[in-house]
Amino acid sequence: MADKIYRVNMSNLSFKIEEVPASWMGLGGRGLTSTIVAEEVDPECHPLGPNNKLVFAPGLLSGTSASNSGRNSCGAKSPLTGGIKESNVGGTSAAIMAKLGVKALIIEGLPKDEGTFYQLHVTKDCVEFIPVPELVGLDNYAVLDAMAAKYDKKVAVMSIGRIGEMRMNIANISVKDPGGKLRSHGRGGLGAVMGSKKIKCITVDAESYKEVTIENPEKFKEASKIFTKTLQENPISGQGLPAFGTNVLVNILNEAGGLPTRNFRAGNWEHAEKICGETMAENIKARGGKTTHGCHAGCVIQCSQVYNDKDGNYLTSGFEYETIWALGAHLGIQDLDLIAKMDGLMDDLGVDSIETSVMLGLAVDAGILAYGDGARAYELLSHEIPTGTPLGRILGAGTHILGKAYGLVRVPTVKGQGIPAYEPRAVKGQGITYATTPMGADHTAGYAVATNILNSGGHVDPLKKEGQVELARNLQIASAAVDSTGMCIFVAFAALDDAKCLPSLIDMINARFGCALTIDDVMNLGKTILKKEHEFNIKAGFGKADDRLPEFMKYETLPPHNVTWDFTGEEIDEFWNF
Amino acid sequence: MRIVVKLFAHYREGRFKVQEGDFPLGTTAAKIIASLELEKTSPLGVLMVNGRHVSPEYVLREADEIALFPKIGGG
Repeated sequence: MADKIYRVNMSNLSFKIEEVPASWMGLGGRGLTSTIVAEEVDPECHPLGPNNKLVFAPGLLSGTSASNSGRNSCGAKSPLTGGIKESNVGGTSAAIMAKLGVKALIIEGLPKDEGTFYQLHVTKDCVEFIPVPELVGLDNYAVLDAMAAKYDKKVAVMSIGRIGEMRMNIANISVKDPGGKLRSHGRGGLGAVMGSKKIKCITVDAESYKEVTIENPEKFKEASKIFTKTLQENPISGQGLPAFGTNVLVNILNEAGGLPTRNFRAGNWEHAEKICGETMAENIKARGGKTTHGCHAGCVIQCSQVYNDKDGNYLTSGFEYETIWALGAHLGIQDLDLIAKMDGLMDDLGVDSIETSVMLGLAVDAGILAYGDGARAYELLSHEIPTGTPLGRILGAGTHILGKAYGLVRVPTVKGQGIPAYEPRAVKGQGITYATTPMGADHTAGYAVATNILNSGGHVDPLKKEGQVELARNLQIASAAVDSTGMCIFVAFAALDDAKCLPSLIDMINARFGCALTIDDVMNLGKTILKKEHEFNIKAGFGKADDRLPEFMKYETLPPHNVTWDFTGEEIDEFWNF
Repeated sequence: MRIVVKLFAHYREGRFKVQEGDFPLGTTAAKIIASLELEKTSPLGVLMVNGRHVSPEYVLREADEIALFPKIGGG
């Protein structure tokens, strides 16, 4: 059975199952969501209005046995940035959609009756619209429980909590993972778009699917074996990430002077050891958690973990460096257990743990709480925001709007999105990615930290300007392509350092679809996607002045290396010369 | 001369987090890496002295802080 496009119209609660247009055939994941948004969404539309569309698309290899291929992309015009957005996630939804033959799910329109929230249940032949008044006002775990009671336990669930219902910019879309916990389409406020369309949750039938068809199973198996081996033999994906998770980065960024501290006032933090990956791994071992854990079936990297409290009770999983940094060095909380508790709460509430935590750090500058006041931070997160108090609404609008509401100058955002975890002045290649990516400040869009700090793919001095624009450009092109395959971005470490990795990935795509793509074709795909996204933003009103970092980084010197952001506008704009 | 040696990730196992020690003048970063047999644990990923990436041939100076990481990553 050929894959189909499932198109849902919330204005009249109807659906159509369409053939895939020829021009979308070779696309998946981000390539497909960004193409659909660029072709079908008016760039000038209001992100929460009737003309925005919410698009889900599994990657080209999702649903196959390929390692680490279980990422699902979600796209729309972002209410946080006002530009195009793609945010991808692990969990079970990508593989289930792919096996059901759903190449993309496109959700259009807004219901006329503003008082009703719906569940969409997607099966092979049908999309059901089920009013769910009993779920309104509940957060994600309660929704998961309700769906587990209703369907086979494998059913895929994508849901929003109260904050998504209130259409706040920090709202994400949460996705059930294989262990029954949550993963997130985190960035860009996509949960607010889902809330605007009055969709509380989307379920995808996991009972009637079939295995995806592979054109050349033998070749696929062969390439898949090589690909998996490159991931397992790479010291980063094979050893470092499973042992310490992404939080291994705290100490290396701290050493390099690139750990943004006290709202980007310094590049290192005297308490880094209390929140670092090594400390986290010690706690996990002592308390009976898990240091290795996959966010989706078929993951061989296992960078996730299960983090318990001192009594051995579950606090969180998918405990990421960027969240720990933001609540730690940026906001000042030294207690890793409290950070974990807040991370687990953010899963349940359905908020982007990066945007929310960067915003809470800025709230210190706004005088809303003191630096390091974890109790007050927890209260803001657990009470003010989810109950929608006036203060909660301002906080829930994200870092940029909080900064405007309180008249702040030192606001760490690009295109309205909070800057994560890597100080642009001390990791300059990453600064170029933050400035230029159409997504707003997004570290995954072109992870120059790899080459600036981690010596992956060579080394480009993080404190110098030379080579950074080219580095960020190459990485953004490659990431756009990888984000279209359904692959986890961490395959990039093997791709950067092992010549067998990328060819085997392309061989798998060729074997899956019976095509003959070359590395050049795949890189050209990355270029095309990036340009499409950039053009959408230009039509939405963005210009060169939006490809800039916050001005304070140009005139405030960052210790310990005493560096500023010293790129000229012309130098940054060179990025788009390809 | 006094040098501070900092180890991270797998390099800490069976060794230490931070140690200050006396080293002869002219000691290179490579010599410290070899004396600690770090690469028996895992290949060297990143070597920094005073927060700057340097090569193993770097000749250490009084009060330098050397930080040693196996290949690690995240994001």
